[in-house]
Amino acid sequence: MSDITLPVLHGRSLWDDAKIRLVRNRAAVASIIILVAVTLLSVFGPFFTGHSHDKVYAEYTRVHAGFQVHPSVDDIPLKLDRIATRLRAKVDDLKIQPDKVIVTVSSLRTIDERSLAFFERSEAFGKPRIIERRDEGKLLVLEAPIAFKRFLFGTDANGRDLLTRTLIAGRVSLSIGLLAASVGMLIGVIYGAISGYFGGKIDDIMMRIVDIIYALPFIFFVIMLVVFFGRNFVLMFIAVGAVEWLDMARIVRGQTLSLRRQEFVQAAEAMGVSHAGILKRHIIPNVLGPVVVYVTLLVPKVILLESFLSFLGLGVQEPMTSWGVLISDGARNIQGAAYMLIFPSLFLVATLFALNFLGDGLRDALDPKDR
Amino acid sequence: MIRYILRRLTSSVPTLFLVITISFFLIRMAPGGPFDLEQPLDSAVMDNLKRLYQLDQPLHVQYLSYLKGLLAGDLGPSFYYRDLSVAQLLAKGLPVSIQLGGLALLLALVVGMTCGVIAAIRQNQLSDYAVVTFATAGITIPTFVTAPLFQVIFGLWLAWLPVGGWNDGAVRNIILPVLVLALPQMAVVARLTRSAMIETLRANHIRTLRAQGLSSATIIRHALRGAALPVVSYLGPAAAALLTGSVVVETIFGLPGIGRYFIEGALNRDYTLVMGTVVIIACFIIVFNLLVDVAYAVLDPRVRYA
Repeated sequence: MSDITLPVLHGRSLWDDAKIRLVRNRAAVASIIILVAVTLLSVFGPFFTGHSHDKVYAEYTRVHAGFQVHPSVDDIPLKLDRIATRLRAKVDDLKIQPDKVIVTVSSLRTIDERSLAFFERSEAFGKPRIIERRDEGKLLVLEAPIAFKRFLFGTDANGRDLLTRTLIAGRVSLSIGLLAASVGMLIGVIYGAISGYFGGKIDDIMMRIVDIIYALPFIFFVIMLVVFFGRNFVLMFIAVGAVEWLDMARIVRGQTLSLRRQEFVQAAEAMGVSHAGILKRHIIPNVLGPVVVYVTLLVPKVILLESFLSFLGLGVQEPMTSWGVLISDGARNIQGAAYMLIFPSLFLVATLFALNFLGDGLRDALDPKDR
Repeated sequence: MIRYILRRLTSSVPTLFLVITISFFLIRMAPGGPFDLEQPLDSAVMDNLKRLYQLDQPLHVQYLSYLKGLLAGDLGPSFYYRDLSVAQLLAKGLPVSIQLGGLALLLALVVGMTCGVIAAIRQNQLSDYAVVTFATAGITIPTFVTAPLFQVIFGLWLAWLPVGGWNDGAVRNIILPVLVLALPQMAVVARLTRSAMIETLRANHIRTLRAQGLSSATIIRHALRGAALPVVSYLGPAAAALLTGSVVVETIFGLPGIGRYFIEGALNRDYTLVMGTVVIIACFIIVFNLLVDVAYAVLDPRVRYA
């Protein structure tokens, strides 16, 4: 028996080649990293921000973005004064420790201990503990933990944490982009494949229909859909997807027309494979390359469209949010609160950039002759 | 050529008709009506209103009478702006939108083509990369981000220009909206010109010109003609995009154009106003596409229209 073993040869498929070319494309790889980061942040980030997207901190409206904690040491006496007023008392003595305050409040009358709930309600402190009670409850020494909060991206005009909202908005925008793009892809691929495969009269009629829909003023169509589906956001975007399939149908049809004349399709026909079988087994898998490229370009288009509608106030409704809603909020509060515009815009623009670069990269990788 | 134009115009009639029909029934089928208020009107008042605006008749009768009015050039009364007709509203808004869109288109063409040509001549040099980066940014960053950003930078921080308002079309008020509207188109035009120019500069006839020792300015002038073709064919979609963009720009800068009628009309169920806007915009797009095709034939002698 010989000891020589031949190395096992693996053929490289078209997709393997494409993968290698894609990995060599730095812009595309960077885009993938950005997209994965934005997706992970949007999906899991809201669990770790410590705020809920619809929690209103009435005391912290338009807090500027930054790392500082709230309340700051300088704010604490003021906040306590305000709470004391609510208790119909005044602050006699105050000791601020790193994570709690020891405060002495006194009043002319007995302090109603139920009203100590104002400490928690102020958002700045936790539940206070009574250390000492004097003069029949007219003077109390209290120890209350400070409830520090951070708003990395600041808060909006209602006092909601912008970081959480930006991430939640990312969930909405991304899932809408994916949903509508998949609907558009599904319709476009099937429509285009059928039209190109059967050709002749059927092709003429089907493409004529596409031409007519092209002539409709698109934005009007979308606004009509919004008016129509107004209250059901998911349905509306299925409808948007149902409008966005036109380019896809044209691309797939063109590809199918040329595939149709290839020997393997004719062979399948000669062997008596049904039309549906040929479409499913031979045509559609072979048009997937351009389809993948186009979907990566369709997703940003839909995200942009959603943001555009939300910006006009026709899209997502409060307290739910999307990048378009946040940007429109930011645009309204631009005087003195520019961070409200900048952070959501950064997320949106980074995502759009990444998707576009990825689309270009995929096109280069899948279709090297078309440079 | 004239026969071609006539044929194109006749063939656009069915398209226009379909657009009108689809939008007519879509807006009528939308839930709610133009006279639904927070507090419902007295039913007798409502009946009178409906009779006045012919809303009490069956849908197909309304449709036919609308078409009849349209043929006579009557766009009907506005349902929301009770004292005005749709034609009056459009007459107020259209000049604003056309001025904005036209200036933006002009700016996009001039700046975009210049940038594209410079990038193509200096391919793979610094100025080329600058143009490509700018173009990618221009295409990706949406209008509703650039608009408020410009408002802050030029309106508030530098305080050079007013933040919004029309002010009878004063130059100071127009600059920002036109710039915002033009930027994405400028980016696309620059990209198109660049790639077309790179291709044309490699073509045989340009090589011949080079061999004849002509100055680079002359060569560029010749190449530009070939490079302009993709830009010209992009003008149709560009016009449509400018109309879309102007909805945002008019909203943000508070300009009295027709873009806002779109949204207001759809939300208020102002049937006739929406329809009027759609008809005008559809006509506009059709005519513009026709002009583009004609320009194409003039520029490219290989294209002939019988």
